[in-house]
Amino acid sequence: MSIRLEKIDYIYEPDTAFPVHATDHVSLTIHDGEFIGLIGHTGSGKSTLIQHLNGLIRPTSGKIYYNDKDIYGDGFSMKELRSKVGLVFQYPEHQLFESDILSDVCFGPKNLGLPKEEVERRAKHALALVGMDESFYGLSPFELSGGQKRRVAIAGVLAMEPEVLILDEPTAGLDPKGRDEILNQVKKLHEENQMTIILVSHSMEDVARFASRLIVMDHGKVQFDGTPTEVFRHYKELETMGLAAPQVTYLMHALKEKGWDVNLDAITVSQAKEEILRVIKKK
Amino acid sequence: MNKIIKIAKLIYEYTKYGEEGDVVGKTRAIDDVSLEIEKGDFVAILGHNGSGKSTLAKHLNAIFLPTEGTVWLGEMDTKDTDHIWDIRQRAGMVFQNPDNQIIANVVEEDVAFGPENLGVPSMEIWERVEKSLKAVGMTAYRRQSPNKLSGGQKQRVAIAGVVAMKPDCIIMDEPTAMLDPHGRAEVIETVEELNRTEGITVVLITHYMEEVIHANRVIVMDDGKLVMDGTPREIFSQVEKLKSYRLDVPQMTELAYELKKEGLPLRDGILTVQELVDELCQYV
Repeated sequence: MSIRLEKIDYIYEPDTAFPVHATDHVSLTIHDGEFIGLIGHTGSGKSTLIQHLNGLIRPTSGKIYYNDKDIYGDGFSMKELRSKVGLVFQYPEHQLFESDILSDVCFGPKNLGLPKEEVERRAKHALALVGMDESFYGLSPFELSGGQKRRVAIAGVLAMEPEVLILDEPTAGLDPKGRDEILNQVKKLHEENQMTIILVSHSMEDVARFASRLIVMDHGKVQFDGTPTEVFRHYKELETMGLAAPQVTYLMHALKEKGWDVNLDAITVSQAKEEILRVIKKK
Repeated sequence: MNKIIKIAKLIYEYTKYGEEGDVVGKTRAIDDVSLEIEKGDFVAILGHNGSGKSTLAKHLNAIFLPTEGTVWLGEMDTKDTDHIWDIRQRAGMVFQNPDNQIIANVVEEDVAFGPENLGVPSMEIWERVEKSLKAVGMTAYRRQSPNKLSGGQKQRVAIAGVVAMKPDCIIMDEPTAMLDPHGRAEVIETVEELNRTEGITVVLITHYMEEVIHANRVIVMDDGKLVMDGTPREIFSQVEKLKSYRLDVPQMTELAYELKKEGLPLRDGILTVQELVDELCQYV
């Protein structure tokens, strides 16, 4: 399983005085089982890029391959692609519309034309994946907290049993605990169900903690693509793109300046802790 | 000292209605909160989703009225309907989504909307618009369409719209939740500047612990109650307690706390990279 993008160009308002290249000849391959963090400032082209991955928007030019098949080629089933590549939009809880939670999660698989038992099995399984048991099934979405509503919305996508799950800023507006809950659940989906994850985020600390590969977009182009450690080495360039590195990175550089022999590659709190303790023991 | 906001034994209940419009229950969103805020303060309110902080903020300019208890803005009781427009002028609000609070097609017209509704003479409106845009650093964009601005810039325009009302107090309900790191920094710096140079009282609701560091007072809400109240350093020294309220601490505070557990004699309540560097260098 892989998604391959070849020179994806997408122009908003073409043939006017204000054409905008939202994605500018982007080529990249997303491999099976990766956990990708996608970062970039507002307007850098992240959301446009991810909408290409399940055929929601069609590139002005360029090719998209899913398992080496051209998704705009003859006989390619767009419906199947959309069930394989699940996209969770920003503020997905705004899309909850049924009167109870179980019905809401059933909506997607029901539209796939599956038998009723299978629809319910999938919905219940999806709700279990986001940590919501039977006691929630009959509740109205209005009775839930922000974080819970968002988990229901994610379950709605999971019920389609996707191979790839794309989440566009899934933690915006949630409190710290709610943030951790969502991200840990995503991590579990990745580890236990081998789901490929693409996480769009504005939190450098979060992508540092969870992603194994980071893609940085700026002006519609991929500027960096590598492990979080590799990417955050370019923290000065990231700043000029309106981004930053995790605070830990700044701490490591500041300690190095003071003569500490620390490894600058630490990007999470636990890595920094190990590194500082290691250096102190040596002193 | 001069109190700008006084809250006495505030209770607010939402009523839940059944299918036939019958009352099926009540939810107490604010449960007996008393609080006073000094003029010129920068107060941050923390609390998990559903803790009551937005409900509290909406009481400060009479969007919500108390079920029981009283809220005063200056000398005005928010329940007094004669004062409602004075209250709204003196305490302006900025919300989470920049796209929901910009209404005009040109930046300067959007900023002028508030004072225009107050019946301010045209010449003075222009002066206020000019001054407000300057205060948020958006003068260069005054004739642009808000649609072409970034999220952080839109929020600064929204703040300018409030500043043009000449408020004593700005209440911000998660103004940075939808912004990228640069936009977040831009909005927070703007607010700090207004607080410092214009003396405007700021009440900031946020889920980003890093934004709270520069406040001079932090209030934590849980379950409709006020549970912690102190300086950022005092509040963030209590890592475990904050976590029990579903909150977090700034990353540097967390790291210092973890190092301390390993036996390093670091002081409590470290907030910034610089503080942790200094503390570590002093120790080694």
